[in-house]
Amino acid sequence: MRARVLIRPKAGILDPQGEAVQRALPALGFAGVANVHVGRLVELDVDDPEQLQPMCEKLLANPLVEDYEIQLLDSAAA
Amino acid sequence: MRFGVLQFPGSCDEVDALQAARRVGDAALLWHGERDLKGADAIVVPGGFSYGDYLRAGAIARFAPVMESVIAFANDGGLVLGICNGFQVLCEARLLPGALLGNANLRFTFRQVALDVVNPDSAFTRACGSAAHPPQPLSIPAKHSWGRYYADERTLDELERGGQVVLRYAPGENFNGSLRDIAGVQNAAGNVFGLMPHPEHAVDPLTGSTDGLCIFESMRLAVEGAHA
Repeated sequence: MRARVLIRPKAGILDPQGEAVQRALPALGFAGVANVHVGRLVELDVDDPEQLQPMCEKLLANPLVEDYEIQLLDSAAA
Repeated sequence: MRFGVLQFPGSCDEVDALQAARRVGDAALLWHGERDLKGADAIVVPGGFSYGDYLRAGAIARFAPVMESVIAFANDGGLVLGICNGFQVLCEARLLPGALLGNANLRFTFRQVALDVVNPDSAFTRACGSAAHPPQPLSIPAKHSWGRYYADERTLDELERGGQVVLRYAPGENFNGSLRDIAGVQNAAGNVFGLMPHPEHAVDPLTGSTDGLCIFESMRLAVEGAHA
C-alpha cells in the first residue's frame, strides 16, 4: 500500500523557517499570506499499514516537537 | 580511567574529543557498528553529522548497534557526555529530555560563547570550580545549525527544580534561541549530560581557551571517586 506521512512542527513551537517563507512571499508580491509552516513529507510503500503509526512514533517524526498525519493512498492511483 | 568515544559515519569531532579525553585519562574510539564498549568507564558521543543527519539530527544514529550498549550503560549509571550532535543523539534516544531544533537565526553559527555553570556540583562540572572559587563563566566555542533547545514548559520547570539545567548561555550569548537560555542539561539521575557547545575544542591555550577541560576532568573525578 502506498502511504504518505506529513510531518509538521507542533503548533506553538517557534518555526523560524515558516516565518522566513512568510516574510519572503510579500516581497515577491504575494499579499495576504499568514500562518506559514514548513514541514516534511515521507512517501513509502508498506505491506502492513498498521505499522505506520509506530514508524512515526519511533523514527519518522519526533512526537515531542512534531505532529504527523498518515494518509493511505490508493495503490492504483499512486 | 578510560573514555570510549563513539564514531559514526559523519562524525567529525571524535578525534578532538579523543585528544581532550586523553589529557585526563585513557581514551579509545568505538565504531558505531560494534556493541562492545571495550571496558570504557565513560562514554563521549561526539559532534558531527552522524549518518548525514538524515531525517533529523541524531534520529538514525540512536539506532546504531553501539547505541544499544550505550543506552544499557547509561541505564546502569554509566557516565555519558553528548556534545553537539552527540547531545542531539542522546535526546533522540530519550536519554535526555527535550529536543534540539533549528537555530532561531536560521544560520549555521560558529562563535565563542560564554556559559554560566548553573549546577557546579554535577558529575560533569564539579572540577570547574570549588567551594572557595565558584566557577567562572566558561568560554567555549559553539558551531551548529540545530541547537535550539526545546522542551515543554512543565519539563523545563522540572529540569530547573531538579538541578538538571547544568549550563546556560550567559546573558546576550543565546544565539540559537534555546528556551530559558539552556546550553546543557543532564538526566534526572545525573549520569547523562548533553551540551551544544564544544568543550573538546577548548582544551589547549593554542586555540584560546582551556575552559572545556574541566568537563573531562569532572568526569574523571566522578569515575575515580566511584571506584575509590
